[in-house]
Amino acid sequence: MRVTQGCFSFLPDLTDEQISAQVQYCLEKGWAVNIEFTDDPHPRNTYWEMWGLPMFDLRDAAGVMRELADCRRVYGDRYIRLCGFDASHGWESVRISFIVNRPKQEPGFRLDRQEGAGRNTRYSTRSYAADRPEGERYET
Amino acid sequence: MTRAADTPQAAPVCNVDLRREFEAVDIAPVLEQLDRELIGLAPVKTRIREIASLLLVERIRQKMGLATTFPTLHMSFSGNPGTGKTTVALRMAGILHRLGFVRRGHVISVTRDDLVGQYIGHTAPKTKEVLKKAMGGVLFIDEAYYLYRPENERDYGQEAIEILLQIMESQREDLVVILAGYADRMETFFQSNPGFRSRIAHHIDFPDYSESELLSIADLMLEGQNYRFTPEARAAFETYIAARKTQALFANARSIRNALDRIRLRQANRLVSRLDRVLTSDDVMAIEAVDVLASRVFAKRAEDREMLP
Repeated sequence: MRVTQGCFSFLPDLTDEQISAQVQYCLEKGWAVNIEFTDDPHPRNTYWEMWGLPMFDLRDAAGVMRELADCRRVYGDRYIRLCGFDASHGWESVRISFIVNRPKQEPGFRLDRQEGAGRNTRYSTRSYAADRPEGERYET
Repeated sequence: MTRAADTPQAAPVCNVDLRREFEAVDIAPVLEQLDRELIGLAPVKTRIREIASLLLVERIRQKMGLATTFPTLHMSFSGNPGTGKTTVALRMAGILHRLGFVRRGHVISVTRDDLVGQYIGHTAPKTKEVLKKAMGGVLFIDEAYYLYRPENERDYGQEAIEILLQIMESQREDLVVILAGYADRMETFFQSNPGFRSRIAHHIDFPDYSESELLSIADLMLEGQNYRFTPEARAAFETYIAARKTQALFANARSIRNALDRIRLRQANRLVSRLDRVLTSDDVMAIEAVDVLASRVFAKRAEDREMLP
């Protein structure tokens, strides 16, 4: 199951050229771009680990693309996303976030139903990948 | 990047109108500005014109599908202090940007402190941070020889040099590096770091200014600040330059700028010392001979003469 979240989630995966154009857009808007990665695809997992520091004061996307290439070399089997953070007054939040790398095999999610008192049912989703310990989830 | 190889490239053109191409990139104004605002430096200007022509031809060759590799654009500027290395680097960025060899055309000016860290593991992120900021533009490393300290073999400068060399080679299309510094020390720096020499395509020497050139520079600086010399003051400044040149720590155009700053100070003091009068704009603009002659440089020269037997 293909995990989607953030911007462009309805599109096919972006090419490097397209990623670079988006990063350039962020930089021209004055947003700080940061790279984050995770191997827990659960939708409520919002805080991903950061690759290095957020990149401020860049003029050209080449610097970010280089960091992304480095990140992919190390964590190529995990989800990687780029975020553009707008620090200007009134926003102070992430303005754009999109996935730029995903594991080759995405096993998807299981839906658990728990019967409660009466006819009450509690649902929970659980990634099949998360059955394995962190760091080994997408190894083939 | 493999994708580019698969897709068919745009059909190469066979004929290119050179004049149209030259006008399209719009570098003529930059070169003219260089000629107008930079006094002297004839060898530097010819070298820059040569590089600009080479890049223009390279651009046309790219259009024709003849260019095989991206040209190496890293440069080294060597010359004494105040000979205009930084100014030329800024102009160079403009030229490269117009010709499309750097994407943004900004200049990041750094020295050793910005690249080299203070403890183990500090240097690499610091250097990479600077390189990331310079991507798409020009990285100007002033006094580059301080990066290499042969007397301390555990110096972190070596680490910064290695990262620099790697990026200079692998990301030639993203970044142009310009190293600058005094001629003799640059020479020893290149000798001990042969990697740098082979990666730098253009070595440009900045000659010292002659006295008449320094005087024109002073005129240009004053004009920019809406001041002017009276004829006597100009003659006095001529002797000032001759005297200053023989003294220690002479830094060409930078010394001239500092001298002019002090002269403006004295002129203001002279004007304020007589309060009961009406000033015209001419009075405020004019620099008199007394403003120049009050300089310490003249006093020192007189002293030196007295010392002589």
